[in-house]
Amino acid sequence: MTAIAVELKDVVKEFAEPEKKGEAFAAVNHVDLQINDGEFFSLLGPSGCGKTTSLRMIAGFELPTSGEVLIHGKAMGKTPPYQRPVNTVFQSYALFPHMTIIDNVAFGLQMKGVAKAEIEPRVKEALSMVRLPGYENRKPKQLSGGQQQRVALARALVNRPEVLLLDEPLGALDLKLRKEMQLELKTLQREVGITFIYVTHDQEEALTMSDRIAVMSKGHLLQVGTALEIYEEPNCRFVADFIGETNFVPGTVVSVEDGRAEFEADGLRLVANANADVRAGIQATLAVRPERVRLSAEKPDDTPNAFIGSVSEAIYIGTDTHFRVNLTPSVSLRIRRQNTVPIGMPALAGPAGNTVWVSWHPESARVLVE
Amino acid sequence: MLQRLRESKSLQGTLLASPAMLWMIALLIVPLLLIVITSFGQRDPDGNVIYTFTFDNYIRLMGFSADCPDGVGTCFNSLYLEILARSVGLALVTTIFTIVLGYPLAYYVARAPAKRRNMLLFLILVPLWTNFVIRVYAWIRILRAFEMLYTPQAVLVGMVYEFIPFMILPMYTSLEKIDPSLYEAAADLGASSLRTFLKVTLPLSLPGVVAGTLLVFVPVMGTFVVSDILGGKQFVLVGNLIQRQFLDARDPTFGAAASIVLMGMTLIVMIIYTRKFGFGEEVVIT
Repeated sequence: MTAIAVELKDVVKEFAEPEKKGEAFAAVNHVDLQINDGEFFSLLGPSGCGKTTSLRMIAGFELPTSGEVLIHGKAMGKTPPYQRPVNTVFQSYALFPHMTIIDNVAFGLQMKGVAKAEIEPRVKEALSMVRLPGYENRKPKQLSGGQQQRVALARALVNRPEVLLLDEPLGALDLKLRKEMQLELKTLQREVGITFIYVTHDQEEALTMSDRIAVMSKGHLLQVGTALEIYEEPNCRFVADFIGETNFVPGTVVSVEDGRAEFEADGLRLVANANADVRAGIQATLAVRPERVRLSAEKPDDTPNAFIGSVSEAIYIGTDTHFRVNLTPSVSLRIRRQNTVPIGMPALAGPAGNTVWVSWHPESARVLVE
Repeated sequence: MLQRLRESKSLQGTLLASPAMLWMIALLIVPLLLIVITSFGQRDPDGNVIYTFTFDNYIRLMGFSADCPDGVGTCFNSLYLEILARSVGLALVTTIFTIVLGYPLAYYVARAPAKRRNMLLFLILVPLWTNFVIRVYAWIRILRAFEMLYTPQAVLVGMVYEFIPFMILPMYTSLEKIDPSLYEAAADLGASSLRTFLKVTLPLSLPGVVAGTLLVFVPVMGTFVVSDILGGKQFVLVGNLIQRQFLDARDPTFGAAASIVLMGMTLIVMIIYTRKFGFGEEVVIT
C-alpha cells in the first residue's frame, strides 16, 4: 500500500460574504481527499470551485473552518506556512523583485539556516534542473515569463519539499510554451519523485499531466480518479460536461440490470452503462461523447443503439468533420468523425439533409443521474 | 524663417517649450538671481539695499565680524554657525522621527482591507485642511499642559506633527504596491514574519522612505513658523534668522546671504543622500 502524502478530512472553509452581512459562504464544503506519495495530483474545476482554497489550506495560508489537513499523517492544525514541509509555486510566480535569481532560489535555504557552502551547489543544481543555468545574477524582471516560471519552480524545489503545491503556474504563459512546460513538469516530477499537487481550470492540462485528478465544483469534490476514469466513467453530469465534450440526452430509465440500463428518450430505446445510483423509473440523462458515435450508410448489426438520422450540419475542419444529426425532433447529437481517409464517405460529409445511420456501443454511453 | 522652422526639429522643440521656460524664468530664475545679487549688496542705515559686490554678508554669517567689543581687528562669534548646525540637526532628527513613527502607520494602512484604506488615508490627510499656523498654535495648549512649551523638544514635536503626512504617503504608496503573494512566498519558503519584514517588506518599501525623506527634510530646513511659535525666541533656526533679517532687522542683504547658504546646505545634503539612495524611484535594475 502506498503512503498517503496529503489528506483532507471533512474540510470546510467558510468566508464571510461581504454582500450578505454575517452570512458565510463555503468555498470548500466537506471535502475528503487522499493524495498518495509521489503522485502528480490535479485539482480541476472552474474558477470559484474551491480548488485554490484547498491548496492554500494545505500550504497553510488559510486555516480550515472545520476538518483537518494532514501531511504525511501529521495533523497540521494551525502550523504556519513556514513550518510546513511543503512549498508553493504561485500563479504570479511571486519572485522577489529586489533579489537576483540566485538570491531568490537561495532564499528558502538561507531561511532554514543551511550552511553557506551547501547553498551554492544546491541552487546551481536546482537551476540546471529547470534548465536555467547562466541567469544567476539577473533580476526577475529581466527574464521572460517562461524563465520566471522556471525560477519559481527552482526556488520551491531547492528546498526538497515533501509536497510541491502548484497554483495554476502555467496560466500566464502562451499556448505553445504552456504545452512545452506541461511535459517538462511531468518529466521533472518523475525525476524528483516529489508529490505534486496541481491546481488548474484547464481540463486538457490536467489530463495530460496527472496521475489522478479531483474534479471540484462549488466547493464540493465531485469525482477523484485517473484521467481515464473521469473521462470514461464520469459520476455526474457536471464531470461529464466539464471534461471534454458530451452529448446529453434527457429521458427515463426503463430498467437497470448488471450496470446496464435501458433508457427511453423521445421514443428512442437506448442501452448504455449505468452509474450505481441509477434506478429504474427515474428521470436521468444519457451522456455520449461525440467521437464515440459512428455514422454509416448501412444499419450496423453489432449494437442495439442504431438509429436513422438526418444531417443538419457538417463542418470540415481538416483532421475531423463535425456533424450535427437529428434523430428525432428533440434529440440531436454532435458527432465527430476523424478524417482517417480522404473523405471516405462523401455522401456523409455532403450537404445537410442526407439521412445516415447513427450508432454507438452500449459501453460508449452512460446514464447519469442529474 | 518659416522654412527653417519647418525643417529644424530642435527649433520646434525650443519654441514649444518656451511658454514653460518663460514661466520658469519669471517665477524661479529671476527671483533667485535677485536674492543672489542682494546677498552681495550692502545695507544703508535706513535699511535700503546698496548694490555692490562684497562678501561681507557671507563672512559675517561664518562668524567673523569687524566690530568687536574691544574695537580692534576681527573677532569670531559662532552664533550663526550654531544656527545653521541646529537647523541641519533638527531636520535630520525630524526626518528620523517621521520615519520611525510613520512607518508602522503606513504599513498598517497598506495592509488594511482595501475598503478601509481610503478612510484611513483620509484621516491622515484631514489635519492638513486646517491652516498650518493654526495647527501649530493648537500645540501651544497641549505642550503647555506637559510643561514642554518653549523647549527644543516642543519644536521637534511640532515639526514631526506637521510633516509626518508627507512621510507617510510615499511610504504607504511603496508598501501598498508590494504584491501580497510575496509575503506568502516568503512565509512558504520558511521566513517568519520578522524575517519576511526584514528581507522583503523593508527593502521593497525603501523607495517610499527615500521619497518621504526628500519631502520632509527640505521643508523642515527652511520652516520658521514652528520654532517661532513653539520654541519661543530662544530656539532660532535658519528660517527664523532669514525672516528676522527681512522683517525685524531690516537687513535684506544678510537675509539673502543666509537664504543662499541654506539652499546650498540643503542641496549638498540632498546630493549626498540621492547619490546613495536615488530619488525614491522603483527598484533599480542593473
